[in-house]
Amino acid sequence: MSGFDVLGEPRPDSGRDGEKLLKVENLSVDFPTDDGTVHAVRDVSFTLGAGEVLGVVGESGSGKSVSSMAVMGLLPKTAQIGGSIQFRDRELVGLDYKQMQPIRGNGISMIFQDPMTSLNPVYTVGWQLAEAHQAHHDVSKKAAWAKAVEVLELVGIPQPDRRASQYPHEFSGGMRQRAMIAMAIINDPDVIIADEPTTALDVTVQAQILDTLLRIRDETRAGIMIITHDLGVVAGMVDRVQVMYGGTVVEQGSVDEIFEAQRMPYTVGLLGSIPNPNMLGKRLTPIKGAPPSLMNLPRGCTFSPRCPLAIDACRETEPQLLETDRSGHFARCHRSAHLATIENPQRLFAHDEIGVVENPASLTAANPAIPVAESVEAVEARLHEEESSTS
Amino acid sequence: MGAPAAQAPAPDSAEASQFDNTSARKQWQVILRRFARHRLALFGFILFVLLVLFAFFGGLFWKYPYTDLGFKRYLPPSADHPFGTDRLGGDMVAQIIRGTQFSIQIAIVVALLSTVIGVVLGALAGYLKGWVDTLISRFIDLLLVIPSLVIAAVLVRNSFVVSVAGGSGGSNWMIVALYLGLIGWLSIARVIRGMVLSLREKEFVEAARALGASTSRIVFRHILPNTIDVIIVNATLAIAQAVLLEAALSFIGLGVQSPDTSLGLMISLNKNELTLHPWLFFAPFVFIVLISLAVNFIGDGLRDAFDPRQKRVKA
Amino acid sequence: MFRYIIRRLLISIPLLIVASFLCFGLVNAMGDPLAEWKLQKPRTPAEIAAAYERTGYNEPFMERYVEWAGDFVTGDWGETVVPGNAGRPVKDELLTSFGITLRLILAAEIIALILGIAVGVVGAVRQYSLFDYTATGISFAMFSMPLFCVALVLKAGGIKLNDWLESTGADRWIVTAGPPGEGFSGSFSEQLFQYSGAYILPTISLVVIQFALYSRFQRASMLETLNADYVRTAQAKGISQGRAIFRHALRNALIPIITVSSLNIGAGFGGAVITETVFNWSGMGKFIVEAITKIEPYQVLGFMMVTAVFIIAFNLIADILYAFLDPRIRLD
Repeated sequence: MSGFDVLGEPRPDSGRDGEKLLKVENLSVDFPTDDGTVHAVRDVSFTLGAGEVLGVVGESGSGKSVSSMAVMGLLPKTAQIGGSIQFRDRELVGLDYKQMQPIRGNGISMIFQDPMTSLNPVYTVGWQLAEAHQAHHDVSKKAAWAKAVEVLELVGIPQPDRRASQYPHEFSGGMRQRAMIAMAIINDPDVIIADEPTTALDVTVQAQILDTLLRIRDETRAGIMIITHDLGVVAGMVDRVQVMYGGTVVEQGSVDEIFEAQRMPYTVGLLGSIPNPNMLGKRLTPIKGAPPSLMNLPRGCTFSPRCPLAIDACRETEPQLLETDRSGHFARCHRSAHLATIENPQRLFAHDEIGVVENPASLTAANPAIPVAESVEAVEARLHEEESSTS
Repeated sequence: MGAPAAQAPAPDSAEASQFDNTSARKQWQVILRRFARHRLALFGFILFVLLVLFAFFGGLFWKYPYTDLGFKRYLPPSADHPFGTDRLGGDMVAQIIRGTQFSIQIAIVVALLSTVIGVVLGALAGYLKGWVDTLISRFIDLLLVIPSLVIAAVLVRNSFVVSVAGGSGGSNWMIVALYLGLIGWLSIARVIRGMVLSLREKEFVEAARALGASTSRIVFRHILPNTIDVIIVNATLAIAQAVLLEAALSFIGLGVQSPDTSLGLMISLNKNELTLHPWLFFAPFVFIVLISLAVNFIGDGLRDAFDPRQKRVKA
Repeated sequence: MFRYIIRRLLISIPLLIVASFLCFGLVNAMGDPLAEWKLQKPRTPAEIAAAYERTGYNEPFMERYVEWAGDFVTGDWGETVVPGNAGRPVKDELLTSFGITLRLILAAEIIALILGIAVGVVGAVRQYSLFDYTATGISFAMFSMPLFCVALVLKAGGIKLNDWLESTGADRWIVTAGPPGEGFSGSFSEQLFQYSGAYILPTISLVVIQFALYSRFQRASMLETLNADYVRTAQAKGISQGRAIFRHALRNALIPIITVSSLNIGAGFGGAVITETVFNWSGMGKFIVEAITKIEPYQVLGFMMVTAVFIIAFNLIADILYAFLDPRIRLD
């Protein structure tokens, strides 16, 4: 199915769902500000099929939330949007608020990050759900309320009829997030975008919320896009993963591929920041430095200032998102072929752990002898040394 | 680990404080730059500086002293007397210089006094909570149930007696300023109390407490610096309010008394000249508006500079 | 709700008692009501003793307070004491002038609130538009003008308008000297003409000042709610922009302005003092200015107690309204 899709083969078993619901091509979002233009999103492309779960991973400021708001058509008026966003073959870029209205919450719906502030404090939860239903269905208030109670039950809220007439402040955090999910599914949308749906919740509730999302997917065959900064949390439920850095996609592939064979050093570092039982007894290895300023992007590859494998080419030209040695696995990296040859890439970042240095540039300012990133030779020599010493 | 240890500089305190300073300076630079880019605020600032120079040094350069009352009365504005002459035959420019000076100095005393009282009491109430908070908050409630103009008028009425009895030759502007300062601290105290109440629960305050910092150190070094934006903006706006409140008091005859003067008193004395000799009314009026407009612009610009939230694009 | 109101009323009793004590202290600090009278010409000791007997100032402070407070609660608000002005009961005069001022303040407050909210909301929704800049500019200018100057200029304008009306053969409309008294009569349209002529300028001058505050405040709080997460959620549901603005953003932005307006009612009284002085209304403003100038302790005390009760009542209404608008606040 859809063999022309350059952006990774969909999971074989999701093929029966067929069509691509959402097709984003070369999306870019710029915000002109007083201090210069913020390039929030650059050259982002992906597709989402029915019943498919796409994970979008990245640090804050990597452009993941902005691209989802672009899909919803809810960016501020100052945003300059380029590229194409197609929903069921309808172009969304360029539509105004009114033209987007029938799609929002109906075709594509969104679950927002912070359930504490995302519900209106002065209306009951049922009222807010009913409003979402009535926005797209010409039904009576009573019918809309009944529908609200129904979806509350669907997302696992006990005593939904009593709960519907309560205000958000009477709900716990997990319950509010469930209510947000209920709001997103009340009109049976084709695409659900979940922006960090579990970040504000504690771990046990996180699992329940994700289970609920998967159950919804199974029941409605909606395509789900989960945005997160913590790949570990969603690893079990996503089909494909898209890693974002500096406003663009740097690596893309099936979840197993991404976990097993990273082809971009940033992904290596990102996974290294997650506690992993296999690395028990080892320290977490954070990536040195800070994400790039979206106003002043570094020349060449945006990750090059922090990358242990960076060579001159990385600092000169930004690489394309290309298929790697493994099919369906794409990376935006000049060094991905080289990375493939490194046996335990985690160690690339496993150095220099004396204190956490926020800004490596300040170190070189204080002592010019310290290199910001080690030279490739030095890293390889060290890896070799370590391997021989540990084995 | 076999990795070569990087020669990270030892995090000694000198090094750390050096970093702190740079970041603090940068923050101030950012705020100043935002302020400078706020055109109205910059305009207000320049206007205010000019007004202060005019009020305090204008008299040195203007050809007539305010004591010279030998001109023809009620002369309309001319090249010789740009604002005309008043009912006593004094040059209006000289009178305005003096009135502006009094109005500005009263306003600044009021703003300083009310800000200091408000910040101290508000911080005490918010930080100590308990009965101190109850006492201060109830006292504020109490003062809020009587219009402040009336409290001011009652207090100032007393100053007529005080200034005469005190041998200050009837000069009462300082007393008026002190009394206005004594009743002007309510709103800033409420705001600071609210901010301190939430700041005292923050982790960095808990950390300071755990390290054994004294109460005054916590309040003055850790909590209040976080409210500095609100304090500065409020103090600025308090200047404008003080100018207007003083003018209102003078108008009902319960403010500054001769031999002192103020722009408000000048308008009040000339209120019946509005149709016949309008320059006598409008000259001090325009200067009051200029002072308070300039200060309001500065306050607004500072608020935006400290809190650029409304202009920042969500990314 | 009912229990809450009762409890609030009970709480305001001690507040009023303490306030009355504070007021008594303030009035006492105002000075000796007889000071000026004694200076006018030599008075015999007997005259002075009699005058002090009348003021009550011959007794110790606490005793005077207790006596005044007891009388006040039972409805005897005292009378004027300064020789030459003495013997007028405080209560009747005060309540009459209170009625006059109340109408003025309430009308101005309501108009200023409606105008301020409307302009603030439009300014926030169309931020940085021509309308926004104009409204901001106007409210800044109003903010920076002394109220009495506005009133004086309006009054001069009113006189000009009257002269012009007369020259066209019409009746003089604007009344610049006093509130509508008993003398107003005639058909409905005639009365309307008289009332509007008397009220329009004092009301405008009060509105002008309050409006600036309310529109600035409403604009700021509306900008905040327009950027709130729940408004974004509402938009994401697919509702219209208008519904998102009015049902979601405005509904929340109305809550804080209630507190502001209730705190500001005291300033309304202050403003009334000025406007009434300019327009020669014999309301609370004129009452208090004369009382303070003459040092009439019981008139000043009466004024303070009446405004205190009024402001407390107003705050209570605001709190109830607040709880009504914000379900997170519970009144019990």
